Amino acid sequence: MKDEINAPSSLGKRSVNSAYHANEKGYYGEFGGAFIPEMLYPNTEELRLNYIRIMEEPSFKQEFDQLLKDYVGRPTPLYFADRLSKKYGTKIYLKREDLCHTGAHKVNNTIGQILMAKKLGKNRIIAETGAGQHGVATATVCALMGIECVVYMGEIDIARQAPNVARMKMLGAEVRPALSGSRTLKDATNEAIRDWINNPVDTHYIIGSVVGPHPYPDMVARFQSVISEEIKWQLKEKEGHENPDYVVACVGGGSNAAGAYYHYLDDTNVGIIAVEAAGKGIDSGESAATSALGKVGIIHGSKTLLMQTQDGQITEPYSISAGLDYPGVGPMHAHLFRSGRGEFISITDDEAMTAGLEVSQLEGIIPAIETSHAFAIFDYKKFKKDDVVVINLSGRGDKDLQTYIDYFRL
Amino acid sequence: MNRINKKLKEDGKLLSIYFTAGYPHLDDTVKIIGELEKNGVDMIEIGLPFSDPLADGPTIQESSTAALKNGMTTEILFEQLRDIRKTISIPLIIMGYFNPVLQYGVEAFCKKCREIGIDGLILPDLPFDVYQEEYENLFKKYGLLNTFLITPQTSDERIFQIDNASEGFIYMVSSASTTGAKQGFGSEQTNYFERIASLHLKNPQIVGFGISNTETFTEATEKAKGAIIGSAFIKHLTQNGVDSIADFIKLIRC
Ligand SMILES: Cc1ncc(COP(=O)(O)O)c(C=O)c1O
Repeated sequence: MKDEINAPSSLGKRSVNSAYHANEKGYYGEFGGAFIPEMLYPNTEELRLNYIRIMEEPSFKQEFDQLLKDYVGRPTPLYFADRLSKKYGTKIYLKREDLCHTGAHKVNNTIGQILMAKKLGKNRIIAETGAGQHGVATATVCALMGIECVVYMGEIDIARQAPNVARMKMLGAEVRPALSGSRTLKDATNEAIRDWINNPVDTHYIIGSVVGPHPYPDMVARFQSVISEEIKWQLKEKEGHENPDYVVACVGGGSNAAGAYYHYLDDTNVGIIAVEAAGKGIDSGESAATSALGKVGIIHGSKTLLMQTQDGQITEPYSISAGLDYPGVGPMHAHLFRSGRGEFISITDDEAMTAGLEVSQLEGIIPAIETSHAFAIFDYKKFKKDDVVVINLSGRGDKDLQTYIDYFRL
Repeated sequence: MNRINKKLKEDGKLLSIYFTAGYPHLDDTVKIIGELEKNGVDMIEIGLPFSDPLADGPTIQESSTAALKNGMTTEILFEQLRDIRKTISIPLIIMGYFNPVLQYGVEAFCKKCREIGIDGLILPDLPFDVYQEEYENLFKKYGLLNTFLITPQTSDERIFQIDNASEGFIYMVSSASTTGAKQGFGSEQTNYFERIASLHLKNPQIVGFGISNTETFTEATEKAKGAIIGSAFIKHLTQNGVDSIADFIKLIRC
């Protein structure tokens, strides 16, 4: 498969009339669009008019591929998890995004967007972060390119994610506390958007998931699509065919999932399984299971499913995993849910933690708690013996060690 | 004729005041509106508070958070405004974000506004194209004027489109910023005010964002028909309470 390894990334090239990708206005079925105040219109319009053209420039592709290979460490392995497979009586492959530089898939997007920002002539980067993974991935690429970087982070998250705050600072980024609202991820996102309103000309906003106004969900999905592009040829090498029976991923905003599903979305013989955080239980009042609890609404410029009061006020989600602690979900996933194309399963804190420990001990891989949710589906979903199930291992657990220590009293 | 259109035809410069409903206290809405009219304000924007006000600076964010904590909801606001037209005759506009309106039901919301005597809506995150495709007919059916924003970054082409689709006034955001962010106007604003005046739009323009005193009010209305004050008024309410509204208005129009 040497040819595929050396072929340039398609950066999400796809058939024109796909049922599950964004249309030219940024809609996935009824979801998506750009519900933004006029102050943001020039910013998103500049991106909308240019993103596909820039991605298709050979020089852009070449630089993107080179950095993913030499800096991020791609392609990431597709690993056959033998002991896990035996335990659950099916064939489980792990897509090792945890082996990316900075420890998660987030960097695929930040590499793409920093190159995009350079092409657009921007000299200042802003980003939001919850757990700090996207903040670290953004600070990293800004250091790499020598570009000023400001990361907004909720005051409460700054207190509970100290190691990632320190990493961002070491990388030269300024971490600004979001003091408004509930002082977590959604408020950090609000602050980043407000910064962009106040700095419309020189600044690019690197959003961290497949959320936000068009063209962000589609652009981020295209950068992450390298995940399923690799799975295809890697699986062909190992199984003799490109398509698994199922692709499984955890969904916060949905970027690792979008990347893992991307090239399979229109292949309806590939099952799509999305795993959300149920927190302390769907009916506990402390949950982040958007598909189960959300209604159609508008968050951060996108029409999607979101958790809100009857009165349309956005509510604060809860999950033990900071990366899944978002009250909405990207419009692609809202559409996968509504259309029935995706199967949505929600997993509690306890189930995720138990699954994380199990994978650690069966495979010698400590997953991020976000990913641990995806490993907990086997009680809810039975697979056949010769099913090929690919689980996207979105990140490694180093950042979560303190939470694991506290939970298991290690 | 809609009260907004009538008001826009009057001579002189218009002063419009924004406040967040439910702030400082849940039940201040009717009192604030009454005081504003009594003190000669021309038009009022009643802010429907939202948990995530993207286009607002700290002052309106904080008043919104406080209003929601006080228990303000869409239903309660409508209830408070039920008899407002028995005493108030100036134009009333509801300004808010689109999600609470969507949850109430856009048609139900418009219908309720009509019943109460609301004259128009300003929903900054309801984009112009979506409004035209999906909601314009509803707004018209219930006699509501929708107002669009323009900024110094808005192209002439888009301004003309917005002008064509508007039937009341155009909300000119004074600078690329969230509400309340800048102090005073510079040459960028003067150039922008002149550029817009030179376009000879069919709708009058009212300037908002960054207006806080007589000086900025006068500058903003040199070319435009009027100006909107929000954050500065809310700060005044925070510091001096609802009984001192007359003092604030005197400071603007002396
Ligand atoms: C390892 C890991 N997985 C998943 C997520 C969730 O984000 P998304 O749903 O965009 O992949 C995060 C977010 O921080 C993460 O760090």
